[in-house]
Amino acid sequence: MSEHTLHFKPAEGFRARSKAVVDNPFLRQSFRGAMDFLMSKRAAQFPDPEELESLRSLGEAIRQYNLAKLPDLLEQLEANLTRNGVKVHWAETPDEANTIILGIIQGHGATKMVKGKSMVSEEIELNHAAEAAGIEALESDMGEYIVQLAGEKPSHIIMPAIHKTKEEIARLFAEKVPGVDYTDNVDALIQIGRNVLRRKFQEAEIGLSGVNFAVAETGTLCLVENEGNGRMCTTAPAIHIAITGIEKIVEKLEHIPPLYSLLTRSATGQNISTYFNMISSPRKPGEKDGPEEVHLVLLDNGRSQAYADEQLRKTLQCIRCGACMNHCPVYTRIGGHAYGTTYPGPIGKIVSPHMLGLDATAGLTTASSLCGACGEVCPVKIPIPELLVRLRNEAFSAPHANPAMRGQGAGHSALQSAIWRGWAAVYGSPALYRAVSWLGSRLRFLVPRRQGGWTSVRTPLQPAPKRLRDLLKDRN
Amino acid sequence: MTNPTTQTSRPSDVYFFATCVVDQFFPGAGLDAITLLERQGIRVHFPEDQTCCGQPAYSSGFEEEARRVAAHQLTLFPNDWPIVVPSGSCAGMMKHHYPKLFAADPTRKAVAERLSARVYELTQFLVEVLDFQPQDCGGDCKVVLHTSCSARREMGVHLTGRKLLAGLEKVSVVQQDHESECCGFGGTFSVKQPEISGAMVEDKVKALKATGAERVVSADCGCLMNILGHAAWQDQQAGRSEPSLPGEHIASFLLRRTGGEQ
Amino acid sequence: MNARDRILGKLRQHAPQTAKPLPDVGSWYATHRPLEAAAEKARRFRHFIELAHAEVHAVTAANWTETLHAVLKARAIDKLLVAEGTPHGDAALDALPPRGIECSVYDMAIEAWKSEMFNDTPAGLTAARAAIAETGTLILWPNALEPRLMSLVPPVHIVLLDSNKIYNTFFEAMSVEGWKNGLPTNSLLISGPSKTADIQQTLAYGAHGPKELIVLLQEGEA
Repeated sequence: MSEHTLHFKPAEGFRARSKAVVDNPFLRQSFRGAMDFLMSKRAAQFPDPEELESLRSLGEAIRQYNLAKLPDLLEQLEANLTRNGVKVHWAETPDEANTIILGIIQGHGATKMVKGKSMVSEEIELNHAAEAAGIEALESDMGEYIVQLAGEKPSHIIMPAIHKTKEEIARLFAEKVPGVDYTDNVDALIQIGRNVLRRKFQEAEIGLSGVNFAVAETGTLCLVENEGNGRMCTTAPAIHIAITGIEKIVEKLEHIPPLYSLLTRSATGQNISTYFNMISSPRKPGEKDGPEEVHLVLLDNGRSQAYADEQLRKTLQCIRCGACMNHCPVYTRIGGHAYGTTYPGPIGKIVSPHMLGLDATAGLTTASSLCGACGEVCPVKIPIPELLVRLRNEAFSAPHANPAMRGQGAGHSALQSAIWRGWAAVYGSPALYRAVSWLGSRLRFLVPRRQGGWTSVRTPLQPAPKRLRDLLKDRN
Repeated sequence: MTNPTTQTSRPSDVYFFATCVVDQFFPGAGLDAITLLERQGIRVHFPEDQTCCGQPAYSSGFEEEARRVAAHQLTLFPNDWPIVVPSGSCAGMMKHHYPKLFAADPTRKAVAERLSARVYELTQFLVEVLDFQPQDCGGDCKVVLHTSCSARREMGVHLTGRKLLAGLEKVSVVQQDHESECCGFGGTFSVKQPEISGAMVEDKVKALKATGAERVVSADCGCLMNILGHAAWQDQQAGRSEPSLPGEHIASFLLRRTGGEQ
Repeated sequence: MNARDRILGKLRQHAPQTAKPLPDVGSWYATHRPLEAAAEKARRFRHFIELAHAEVHAVTAANWTETLHAVLKARAIDKLLVAEGTPHGDAALDALPPRGIECSVYDMAIEAWKSEMFNDTPAGLTAARAAIAETGTLILWPNALEPRLMSLVPPVHIVLLDSNKIYNTFFEAMSVEGWKNGLPTNSLLISGPSKTADIQQTLAYGAHGPKELIVLLQEGEA
């Protein structure tokens, strides 16, 4: 796998970034409010627990069925898209994907691209690559437009600008959009964005989009959205380039309704999104609009590594609804930017190590209390806590030959391993445990007043003067 | 998660797996739980050689070390009696993770599976097996219940503690904001990510205090250690001598409400 | 070896040996989404699409152009984009100009009139192929006569829907119509006017697509 230059903040600054958010009461309150809102919207969509459970089981079965046949389905998708007139490209790395996309754009002498929401395009940092090549890459999803205008990255995969208040956006627009006065009226702000972007939709030669589901049997790309910018990007410009991870395939069209229903209900608590856009070919002779060319870029970027391991493969079941982050007490405390990865929250913690290597992400695996809220709401039943434990294992074990993951052992420390070996020696032997715990109760007044991170907000831990086994002896 | 445990008749004997936290830090809670069970006419056996379920290492990613400690616990429960654990997270470890931990070792896997089927979290055992109907002999009291994430999501027993408290006539149980949210303990999480864990326990304690409850009760000593440790730290910072949020294991509370140790 | 072969090679090397059983989507829908009678489906469709901020008018085959006229008048819209050569487009072309509404037609490729489409087309009329009761959703299959941008660019989108064409679910619609045997260039589900909640979770309509979605629900014998 070739190395590539990414502009993400390294995950090693994670603790400092999370501290900055945790120490900001305003941000804390704002994330809490937003997540409460999304949680209650989702809950309202699933009033019947039986329906929810059976639909989640169906969603899981559909994703696992399709992943099991993934290589065959990719070939079937490619064959059917090609038959329909869509050009299919394959990229192993972000660099390859950028090269393909810029090649298509430059091949047409184009300079203006409008983008629908695509987390995969964030993953490959397409905007950086386009900018370097002198191509304007304009985000058109309102949230993405806002974060791009602010020079930031999305902090949530569904609601990119969830970390911003309307007042901040009002100041941003007044400062960055020519001819706009300060207004914090949300409708007015949306109209400003609409007017700017409508001009761009007319001018752009290239429209870029992500893909929510690709259907192999028909050769169809499905896009889920509310705003209509996705339809604009895939209809108005002369060239449409779609990019997706290789895992987002289903064999059968009938797999779409359950997944689509799980997606919108879990993500934003909508029974359905405003638009479901199914694209099967470029403009045909006689048709009066739609792109003359449609391209699909299939990106691996570490997904095949996750695929190779039966347990880690479950990571690829994800349909990118974001419910895990909405329900995550850690995400709620620190927001999306602290993670420093394209995909934040629980799903980010389990998918990013495959994309960036465990060397860059080992620290993120510890940022979970394993409370299980993510796994509980996941619409396709990804066992996220179990996968986090597995990733901790991969990160902290001593480096060994033929690892399942790039960067295996990156978090290994001889001291930490020795501590756990010592712990196991004590707790694996009743005699040693009795001796050590007895000493603990005798020497309880010697416990340090500072106990690492524990005592930053808690009183020190101190063993009781008598252990339960002592109390039981006293009693008899 | 459904609980495949099948215990139809009332057992005469049970094993008590105290957990390392209870043995060393909350021994009173363990003793109260044992007394509570004995008062139901049950012989409680405390295997002297018990240490720890292995969860700290397991959830930290040290599976080999967890296996070593867990393997020792496998040898402690030879009779076919229920194993009662006064902690949802340790019960969850033994019930759900032991069989996986020994997947590659058929002999131990079989033992782990037989053990797994006999594991009960304390409040679950009291409600589902003993149908314990507490007779309240205390005065008016307002409490708030914190249920651990493992009890809630791994063991699926988040209703049993609530049911026991509801049976106490003069106890009113108030509900905290964001009741189902994690307190921020998470074992090594609390020391590896102290900023986030600290923010979580701060919010949890705030929500518990906002209910105006006299005390917090929980069936998990890990959570209690975290919640009470933070409340005590706040008291220390504010120079208070009386605890602003007293708390205890639900077993101690139940025992006292139903007549004490007698 | 190219990227394609390398990716497929890696996946093939580790793909599971045995296939998973084909999930039974049909039986989930049969168990969880009872089939409803026409009136109930129409009621459900209307409930959900109105909840999503669409305006619904009950019309008949005889009076729908009348309602269309009233809808436009109420908004002081005097120009409507229609699909010439479709029954509903031709009916509008017959009925509206005499009553003072200019009807423009989509008779050439968009490149020739993009600016007019974006800047001087206040409303568009299309038909819906069918609809879905469960979610209050219109199904559109744009084609050469009624192209894709008609339902997207004009700020007001008016849709004529035959109430006999309402399916219970998305699954039923695709199964009964045999979509798996072939989909057009573009097919769409539309469940309300364009909207966004990207600013502080506050819902705002008319993000990029139509600000208003108006459904003329044509009732009548099946």
